[in-house]
Amino acid sequence: MTETDAGVRGAPARGAWAKGPLRPLRRAGAGRGPGEFRHLGLVAALALLAVVGVISEPDNFPTSGNLVGILALAATIGVITVGQTFVIIGGGIDLSVGSVMALASVWATTVATQSYGPAVMALCAILVGTGAGVVSGLLISYGRMVPFIATLAMLVSARGLAQRMSDRKTQLIRPENDAIESLSTTKVLGLPLVVYIFAAVAVAGWVLLNRTTFGRRTFAVGGNPEAARLAGIDVRRHTLLLYALSGFCCGVAAIIIMARTTTGSSTHGDLYELDAIAAVIIGGTLLTGGRGTVAGSILGVLVFTLITNLFILNGLQTSDQLIAKGVIIGIAVLLQRRGLRSPT
Amino acid sequence: MRDQSTRPTRRGVLFGGAAVAAGALATACTSNKEKDDPAPAAQTGALGGDNDKPGKQVVIGFSAPAADHGWTAAIAKNAEAQAKKYKDVTFKPVQPTNDINQQISAVESLISEKVNVLVMLPNDGEQLNQVARKAMDAGIPVINLDRVFPDKLSYRTWIGGDNYGMGVSAGHYIGKKLKAKGVSNPVIVEIQGIATLPLTQDRSKGFADALKSYGYSVTAKQDAKFTVETGNQVASNLLQAHKKIDALWNHDDDQGVGVLAAIKQSGRKEFFMVGGAGSANAMREIKAGNGVLEATVTYPPTMAASAVRLARLLAQGKGMADLVELEPPQSITLASETVTRDNVGRYLPLGFES
Repeated sequence: MTETDAGVRGAPARGAWAKGPLRPLRRAGAGRGPGEFRHLGLVAALALLAVVGVISEPDNFPTSGNLVGILALAATIGVITVGQTFVIIGGGIDLSVGSVMALASVWATTVATQSYGPAVMALCAILVGTGAGVVSGLLISYGRMVPFIATLAMLVSARGLAQRMSDRKTQLIRPENDAIESLSTTKVLGLPLVVYIFAAVAVAGWVLLNRTTFGRRTFAVGGNPEAARLAGIDVRRHTLLLYALSGFCCGVAAIIIMARTTTGSSTHGDLYELDAIAAVIIGGTLLTGGRGTVAGSILGVLVFTLITNLFILNGLQTSDQLIAKGVIIGIAVLLQRRGLRSPT
Repeated sequence: MRDQSTRPTRRGVLFGGAAVAAGALATACTSNKEKDDPAPAAQTGALGGDNDKPGKQVVIGFSAPAADHGWTAAIAKNAEAQAKKYKDVTFKPVQPTNDINQQISAVESLISEKVNVLVMLPNDGEQLNQVARKAMDAGIPVINLDRVFPDKLSYRTWIGGDNYGMGVSAGHYIGKKLKAKGVSNPVIVEIQGIATLPLTQDRSKGFADALKSYGYSVTAKQDAKFTVETGNQVASNLLQAHKKIDALWNHDDDQGVGVLAAIKQSGRKEFFMVGGAGSANAMREIKAGNGVLEATVTYPPTMAASAVRLARLLAQGKGMADLVELEPPQSITLASETVTRDNVGRYLPLGFES
């Protein structure tokens, strides 16, 4: 029992450790209070991109319309990335996010679902997403499957089911259900509602990770599952909950993509898993779990969305965009490795 | 510690409830049957003329890729609906597939069944060339639909669409209209499909060439990936890049749904838009006339219906009614027609559901 008590006390400590600057070497962060500056690299990258935007497209980039547009574009992948952050901190990975979002969007826009009105459509998207997450979670936690394989299976089968259900057609949202679409056309204080959904998910994610037992357990399970188990955490149940959470985020993202495109389609969310994982990684979360932040992931998403925006504003090709994104991922991970090595 | 041990059950109940609810939705919400499903068979034109009088009984074999796009789905539907109009035609479609090997063996089975004539839309012209050649060598004429076989010995007649022509039609519509308005140096934006595909490059080249004849050029082009989502994303950004646009051409009506959503969300109305392919949805939008979409240029899946007609003529030894020659031509390139508000009524029955 003493061992367990120590472990319990250890868990929050580990959480704090994980949040704290494991990288005292970060030049700008050194000597300052912990925490505030850990994302300075990313903030600098964002600032740099913004400067590039202002210089290259002074008339089009720094307009409120463009900046709001960037946030609205980032909303879908941003919400998914919040869920992915939890899964990765918890020592797992969710490859199925894009397909699950597609499935949720298709399921929510079938003729049958649409006959129940927009509220049921939204609920349907969330339930389908969460349900898929629960299935993945069960396979991983109680079926003892490797997360990579279990969610890969979900990636393939959810996409297949979405194609089957929609007959590979694009399902338009009917005019009587345009309340869904109004989520992206209605603006409050200049921002479309989808941006508020994005913000709400991000804030909720931050609180859940940093201010609740659930969050501390997530760090503990990801950092050292055996220690977490000895500390009295039901690791399997917690893992299940993490994937359910990721699925829930996919459901919310499905609502946003339906609002933006006015459709449900099996082609939605193509390669989102890679975008989400990349954003999480450049946000400073360890792919091996146990350490990471929601804020970092959100910044990561914004960096990628900003790059896409800048490239299109400047009339550059998609291929160049891909190269830029790859280079950024490479640099970010290299910096992360340096940061890791130093304290040990 | 005790506190923790009670929590699982409470959450367990919650999750159980969610699972049950999801199950209920699963049974309730997967149905995709429209209550008033519109009749799909209107897309094949009316019969008339001497050639349509019943002749020798013919068996037409048909092989096409599985539907991954509204267009491909319409191909199979149109072919079958057309064949049904003739009493002297037995239509033998094989299981549609996106697998090259499966399509080869399906066509081989049609050859061994000794069908009179074969209509084929290959997954890949190069890779199915051999089996088409085998059919021709066995004395079965092949009608090659859209994706061309490299070897002319592999088909009797090719019929297909014109990607370059699509660009030309779109370019002429936009060019003429801007010229009439007297716009100089217009901002013309182009949203492509998958940039690496030859068909996309053909479309873009036709567009640029046609615009050049008016002294215009494309201000910006960007590729989406033929999906609603990418169309939406690219259009949202392009609208920010160009504060004032005069005209926009979008290569594909399916991704056009996303493009139109982005335009609606931005509240922009100062320009007009031309679509591509000719989906029923785009045509309804043109007919309603309350958005920016004014026209679309076709790449018609009705070509499958025409191919079935050609196949029947070939098998019965008849020529095309309006040509002097006694046999159907070797190659037919369909024009990319421009659908506008004025003629949309005639085209709407031909549009395909995306």
